[in-house]
Amino acid sequence: MNEAFRTCPITRLRVHSQADALIKANAVAATIFLVVGGIAALLVLLTRWQVVHLLDPAWFYRMLTIHGMSMLIFFILFFEMAVLYFAGPVVLNSRVPAPRVGWFSFGLMVFGALIVEWAMWTGRADVMFSSYVPLKAHWSYYLGVIFFAVGALTVVGLFFASLVVAKREQTYEGSVPLVTFGGLTAAIIAVVTLGHGAAIYIPTFLWSIGVMHVDPAVYRLVFWGLGHSAQQINLGAMVSLWYLLGGLTVGAVVLNEKISRSAFVLYILFINMAAAHHLLVDPVAGPAWKVWNTSYAMYLAVLASMVHGFTLPAGIEVGQRMRGVTQGMFGWLRKAPWGDPGFSSLIFSIVIFGFIGGITGVTFGTEQINLIAHNTLRVPGHFHATVVGGTALAFMGATYYLIPLIFRKQVAFWPLAKIQPYVFAFGMLVFTMAMTFAGTFGVPRRHWDITFSNTTFDLQYSPAVDLIIGVMAVGGLIAALGGVMYVLVTVWSVFFGRRFELATAGGGGFHGLPRGITNPPSPLPPGDHEEHPKTTGTLVLVFVFLAAFAIYYFVNWKLLSLVWRIG
Amino acid sequence: MHTALESPKGIWWKPAGRAEKLWVGIAFGWCLVLFAMMPLWHLKGDQNTTGIRRKVEPAAFQKRTIEFIQQYQIDTEKGIPVVEPPPGSDVYLLARMWNWVPILKLQKGAEYTLHLSSMDLNHGFNLYPMNINLQVVPDYDYALRIVPGETGDLRIICNEFCGIGHHTMIGKLLVVDESVETVTYGSGER
Repeated sequence: MNEAFRTCPITRLRVHSQADALIKANAVAATIFLVVGGIAALLVLLTRWQVVHLLDPAWFYRMLTIHGMSMLIFFILFFEMAVLYFAGPVVLNSRVPAPRVGWFSFGLMVFGALIVEWAMWTGRADVMFSSYVPLKAHWSYYLGVIFFAVGALTVVGLFFASLVVAKREQTYEGSVPLVTFGGLTAAIIAVVTLGHGAAIYIPTFLWSIGVMHVDPAVYRLVFWGLGHSAQQINLGAMVSLWYLLGGLTVGAVVLNEKISRSAFVLYILFINMAAAHHLLVDPVAGPAWKVWNTSYAMYLAVLASMVHGFTLPAGIEVGQRMRGVTQGMFGWLRKAPWGDPGFSSLIFSIVIFGFIGGITGVTFGTEQINLIAHNTLRVPGHFHATVVGGTALAFMGATYYLIPLIFRKQVAFWPLAKIQPYVFAFGMLVFTMAMTFAGTFGVPRRHWDITFSNTTFDLQYSPAVDLIIGVMAVGGLIAALGGVMYVLVTVWSVFFGRRFELATAGGGGFHGLPRGITNPPSPLPPGDHEEHPKTTGTLVLVFVFLAAFAIYYFVNWKLLSLVWRIG
Repeated sequence: MHTALESPKGIWWKPAGRAEKLWVGIAFGWCLVLFAMMPLWHLKGDQNTTGIRRKVEPAAFQKRTIEFIQQYQIDTEKGIPVVEPPPGSDVYLLARMWNWVPILKLQKGAEYTLHLSSMDLNHGFNLYPMNINLQVVPDYDYALRIVPGETGDLRIICNEFCGIGHHTMIGKLLVVDESVETVTYGSGER
């Protein structure tokens, strides 16, 4: 039994060999789909950039579908399966219960994903990520998604089982760590999400083989119970990784378990109401339903994110100050390990998620403001900031620790790895801001030709739009370069990288390992720390955030007031 | 204190520090502002999306649109009827792969009830250059009172993917100001 475990020399965690293997398999699958989705992303970008206008319409819409499914479903969910195996068995020093079920689920997910990819690449499913009924794909497409979802749901069940096993076998003392609690949040949201998935993909599959009717408006409601809630699994996993990276890189502390955990509970309770964001200008729901649901009751899930947006940097600030980094208001940030890609990813992920993704999302999700945002480029501008600049970047940061801790390899091309988060974050920042800005001119999303050549009536956008789309393309290309760097580093490390021994890794500035591993944060001075250092720096930062939020929000009400009277 | 990787021992339900309490309070206050703005705009604002929402058979909507066109048609452009309904009337705009029927000619400052529905797939109503966006769903009639605020030769872009010809789906809407001058169709001022 004990041979199945190894003790990690850095984290002192006991790692089950099956946890190791399942994390590796899921992470590799995630990376493969990241490459597929990334190639599609580049082709889509080079088509929307009208100067290049690369693909023909059929392949543009096909690639857009492939991009959405490969990234939002396959890449992200495979990576999240890896996160669940880490946050459960690994963090709790426990074993993977019924590993064969884990492998069966993995096989089912791969099988489902391959069916969907086949259907998309052969032109049987040019229906976009959202596949709005009555736009019809080949039945195999829906069936593939169902297989994939069943596999994912089984892994979530295995995660719950691992919590029970760890508790019963007393592999940890006290309560589960916050990272595991965050993983649990993501897992519970995943159950709700995949329930919606079953409720919509099974009827749609039956509709595709001609035995059932699906109402187009009902489809939109239930689909977004899956489509938007799936992004909240990402949110739970991402915030959990933020706490993990904070702890690993600079020894960030948890200021108050009650506050952080309550915020996670708010996600569970309210976040699935976000399906309403997609139905604000739909001909079905009434105003009370829209106001209540689009605001997650009373913005209680937004409150949760704003709480994490404070406790995370504050935990870093206090951790740094307690270790003697006390200079000035922002010394804790200035003296942080910016050369550690785990740390830089963490900070950029928080900033892009909060300042761009969060602010735009809440603003566009306001019932009336949606009138000037729905289906324009503002929408993909928002969710690329949350899902790519936020979630994917956090995943990247975690990977630089996953490689040494789980794959037990050095990170290859270390200088490249160090700058990768900077390149990717800068690219995404430019890309998402330009995209959102282009959307304020009404430029539609999912559109092959916004010069409207060969249409019945001509239309020419202001030259400013061409410029903004150009900026968007440059940002996207820089981000794509960052993506290529990430894939190069991870694939090389995993398959051709050198195994590392901690004995040889000691000392500062060692190439190929993040600083959190070569020079782990020193233990905190003893004591119960009821009186911890102040968080003045973080308070200033969150007030800057609030000011940016308020300005953007009210500017949008002003913009709305300028359009025609409607109601 | 500990990191998020360590298990908290004993009871962790402890009072929060001052800074956390302050921020949670302010954040919650801001959430209430965000929430209050929506009902407030229903009372005071001029842009709301409630309208009249009901189910409709595509064939019935098409029949009603054809009647509407026959009643008020003044011209035809590129094979699409141009319709000038009187102020205050119900106006029908039908979306189908891949055009908008008919071309509407409306009066600036007059109120109309605009009905939207689709014959086939979901479509998206995007009014250029106003940037007004509405979802057009088959089997549903979405009726909104609108008051055109400016004159011009406007475009309706489809911004919901509706198949291979999606990007060619563009319609036209004219707004004229009768009180200033009689604008004949096709003068195309912008």
